[in-house]
Amino acid sequence: MISLSSQFPILVALAPLMAAPFCALFRGNTLPWAMTTIISAFSFYVSLSLLFSVVASGPISYELGGWAPPWGIEYVVDPLSGFMLVLISGISTGVLLFARDSITKEVPAHQLGLFFAAYLLSLTGMLGICITGDAFNIFVFLEIMSLSSYALIAMGERTDRRALTAAFQYLIIGTVGATFYLTGVGLIYMMTGTLNIADIASRFPEIEGTRPILAGVGFIIVGICIKLALFPMHVWLPNSYTYAPNIITAFFAGTATKVSVYLLIRFIFTVFGPNYSFAGLGLTDVLMPLAILGFLSMSAVAIFQTNLKRLLAYSSVAQLGYMVLGIALASEAGLTASVVHIFNHAVVKTGLFLSVGCMFYVVGSTYLKDLQGVGRRMPLTTFGFALGGLGLIGVPLTPGFISKWYLVVAVLEKGSYFGYALVAALMVSSLLAVIYIWRVVEVAYFRPPPEGTETQEAPLSLLIPTWIFILGSFYFGIETSFNVGFAKTIASFLMGGA
Amino acid sequence: MIEGLNPGLILILGALLVPLTSGFIRSLLILALPVLALVQIYTLGLGTWGHFEFLGLSLEITRVDPLSRIFGTIFCIAAFMGMVYALHVKDTIQHFVALIYIGSAIGAVFAGDMITLFVFWELTAISSVFLIWASRTERAYRAGMRYLIIQVTSGVILLGGIIVYYQDTGSIAFDYIGLTGIAGCLILIAFGIKSAFPLLHNWVQDSYPEATVTGTVILSAFTTKLAIYALARAFPGTDILIPIGGAMILLPIVYVVLENDLRRVLAYSLNSQLGYMVIGVGIGSELALNGTAAHVFVHIMYKSLLFMCMGAVLFRTGTVKVTELGGLYKSMPITTVFCLIGAVSIAAFPLTGGFVSKAMIQSAALNGGLFILWPVMLFACAGIMDHSGLKVPFFTFFSKDRGIRVQEAPMNMLIAMGIAAFFCIGIGVFPGLLFELLPYAPTYNPYSFGHIVSALQLLFFAILAFMLLIRFKVYPSELRSTNLDFDWFYRVPLKRLILAIGRLILIVWNWSLGIANDVLRYIIGLVSETHSSGKIMARTTASSTAVVVIVALLGVLLVFLYQFQQ
Repeated sequence: MISLSSQFPILVALAPLMAAPFCALFRGNTLPWAMTTIISAFSFYVSLSLLFSVVASGPISYELGGWAPPWGIEYVVDPLSGFMLVLISGISTGVLLFARDSITKEVPAHQLGLFFAAYLLSLTGMLGICITGDAFNIFVFLEIMSLSSYALIAMGERTDRRALTAAFQYLIIGTVGATFYLTGVGLIYMMTGTLNIADIASRFPEIEGTRPILAGVGFIIVGICIKLALFPMHVWLPNSYTYAPNIITAFFAGTATKVSVYLLIRFIFTVFGPNYSFAGLGLTDVLMPLAILGFLSMSAVAIFQTNLKRLLAYSSVAQLGYMVLGIALASEAGLTASVVHIFNHAVVKTGLFLSVGCMFYVVGSTYLKDLQGVGRRMPLTTFGFALGGLGLIGVPLTPGFISKWYLVVAVLEKGSYFGYALVAALMVSSLLAVIYIWRVVEVAYFRPPPEGTETQEAPLSLLIPTWIFILGSFYFGIETSFNVGFAKTIASFLMGGA
Repeated sequence: MIEGLNPGLILILGALLVPLTSGFIRSLLILALPVLALVQIYTLGLGTWGHFEFLGLSLEITRVDPLSRIFGTIFCIAAFMGMVYALHVKDTIQHFVALIYIGSAIGAVFAGDMITLFVFWELTAISSVFLIWASRTERAYRAGMRYLIIQVTSGVILLGGIIVYYQDTGSIAFDYIGLTGIAGCLILIAFGIKSAFPLLHNWVQDSYPEATVTGTVILSAFTTKLAIYALARAFPGTDILIPIGGAMILLPIVYVVLENDLRRVLAYSLNSQLGYMVIGVGIGSELALNGTAAHVFVHIMYKSLLFMCMGAVLFRTGTVKVTELGGLYKSMPITTVFCLIGAVSIAAFPLTGGFVSKAMIQSAALNGGLFILWPVMLFACAGIMDHSGLKVPFFTFFSKDRGIRVQEAPMNMLIAMGIAAFFCIGIGVFPGLLFELLPYAPTYNPYSFGHIVSALQLLFFAILAFMLLIRFKVYPSELRSTNLDFDWFYRVPLKRLILAIGRLILIVWNWSLGIANDVLRYIIGLVSETHSSGKIMARTTASSTAVVVIVALLGVLLVFLYQFQQ
């Protein structure tokens, strides 16, 4: 078994990849789901053990096929990638526990094999992006993730045909993003002659400031930001999240955009280096305005939404603004805040989308007008949603508070009136979050349920995973040694390693 | 009991059991919890417990020192009284949120650091609003909403202040802060909103009278007094509090004349009473802080007593309007007696609690050389006597009999009122017992000759004035002829001046509020114009448009990056 654990870096992504074709062959409700869940749980286990061994003995490098880097492809597990692997596989496993009863209402039985195959591929892509140390390999995994996610979103068409157009729009814009990314990598390859991330990073200082590199940086940043749905390149996201099957929305909200944030951090801090990115290229001036406009404007848009999933989707775009703001602050504190928020928001948002999934299971709609009085019809689910909402607002004892605390501290480090203005902007944005969460609470608790409806909770198979995420979010809001502890390690690793 | 457990948490955790119980068990539970909390306070003794590291900050969940202990004690007694008063209520939600609310107020008092304080601070806001909403009327819903917004805003400002304070000093300990820098100002504003500083006070009169019968009694005891505690902890001896307190005493007296709803009359006079406490904190001497603590104790007793009496009247008759009540002493004799005890206590008659605590603050003001303040406080005493002390009992229980015949208040209400009345008189007769609990060693004798004489003179003048007003039918019982009422004020130049200044401030304040309102409206209009469904920011654009935006952004970024070419 010694040999098996030494193969963990490849297994974490390979297991779902190899399982996917088998999954596509399975029929029935249970088998594809069971296989996907087991594989996902296995990846979670592997990720955890990788993370612990990184903590114990430093970053792991794995040579694919025995070819030494920079010629062969290298898989690298450092604190950041290990942390992301755990987050992604953990969320995926939690969501899958929820999936069994939820998805049968939304996807016809004969498609379930294909559905879960696509799910596994998407998981492969996300895990692969985080673990690979090769810029081109990232592109490959990005495409695996994206293509399967287009298919997954389109599978929401039985509930609402608009899922098809949403998926198509995501396909067009997502492909533009991937192409930009590839163009950027090509330009960098042209100048450095290597695709290995560590190798590029070591050669970067020699070629800084040359025109192809500047263009390459531009293409890569925009490409990643499209995938990240940074305002104003977010147009694909609200529709995709709204019309995708519920578990897919929950899964993607917790992971897909976070992977893009990971990529942004990876390129800015590892490849370009923090000094060059911010002092040499002024990326702060590019990212910060978009981030601030993003969280203000998108929170405001969320207030006016009539569909609960869409409301949460816009809130996601706003929250991504916080993460990018943390990066743009170009400080260790800012990076810590950003990484903490990746984790915290993933847990909270997944919990929220799962409770929306419960509501959909019973009510059959996610429009606010159909959810009137849902607090009385589904007390447990709605209470869970309200608690999750507190996390989104950033009330103490919830993880949202931890994120905002670190973000505010990082912002105040900048000092001066600019810092205070930024804090004010953050406060305004939190206030907007209070309003949009309150709108839901008001509809759910203060409006009478429609005539003739009775109290009917979602089944336990849905409630338990939902509450795992809700309670988990409170756990990480109080006992912060995991999320904050790792975020600090990661931030000092990335800032010091530059 | 668990070592170092914050007494507030006993109530909060106990509240979680409330939905599981019913009937007698529930009654026992809700009465036992405040007692247990009180026992916990005194078994703990003095000291600090519950140290945690959180976000690199050192938290201190429980701190018992003389200042927090007396506030905690008062809160526990008030909680017990409130719970007795609410025993007949069958509404699970009300019991549940009342206990959470009281628990978080007590928790906040024993918080040793500002993050813990903030958590409990916000929890009081969120839980207490349900006591208002429990009335289940549209009016109460709206009032509750406004209340919640203001309370949460206070919390947000507090948090902002804490963060800046932490940035400046590296500490979040909840001790003396003082009015230095942005941090001190923000924290003072946060406390000020909750303790109903002048011009920040509207929420008290707006929301308290809308709560349920029992909700008002419970609300009136905790929120503002928690804020007074916070002030006494963080800003003792801050000079600006003295004029603020003076204005707090006087402004509500101006309003209260016009008021027809008796629960609102009491809310105004509550506001006025808070002024005494703010002054006490502002003076900051040992005697003044002792006086503040004593006044909080006594104030909670007589104010609760009056609110309970009005609550009982509302419960039985369905109204507390001046113009609809009268002659109730025949139907509710016991309530009448209790109300009179509350009235003499609020008016600071000798041998009542109010006399003792007000005397302490007034003496502290004199010792501090604040000679202008002294007549203000005396005048206010007379004003309060006039409005709360006489108007409330007179128009409710005596006045013209309108033929309302109801039952006496329920037994549990009478018991609760009895407890409060007992304390009102008991403290007045034996002030020594209260003095034992005060944060500083007491060296004060309220019953000096001079005090008694001056207090009595003033009170008899007030009674005389009131009687004359009634006699000459100036004081309205049928129609509220406010012009004549003001006419009486205008004869006294001091009052005239105060009125003029008060009005001027109000005009300027309303004017600036109006402008702020317009600006806010404009911004909201603009945002909804651009951000609501289907508008430019929320529209699903065509994919081609989205790509054009992206390409344009790429172009801009490339141009931006090219300037760094070397």
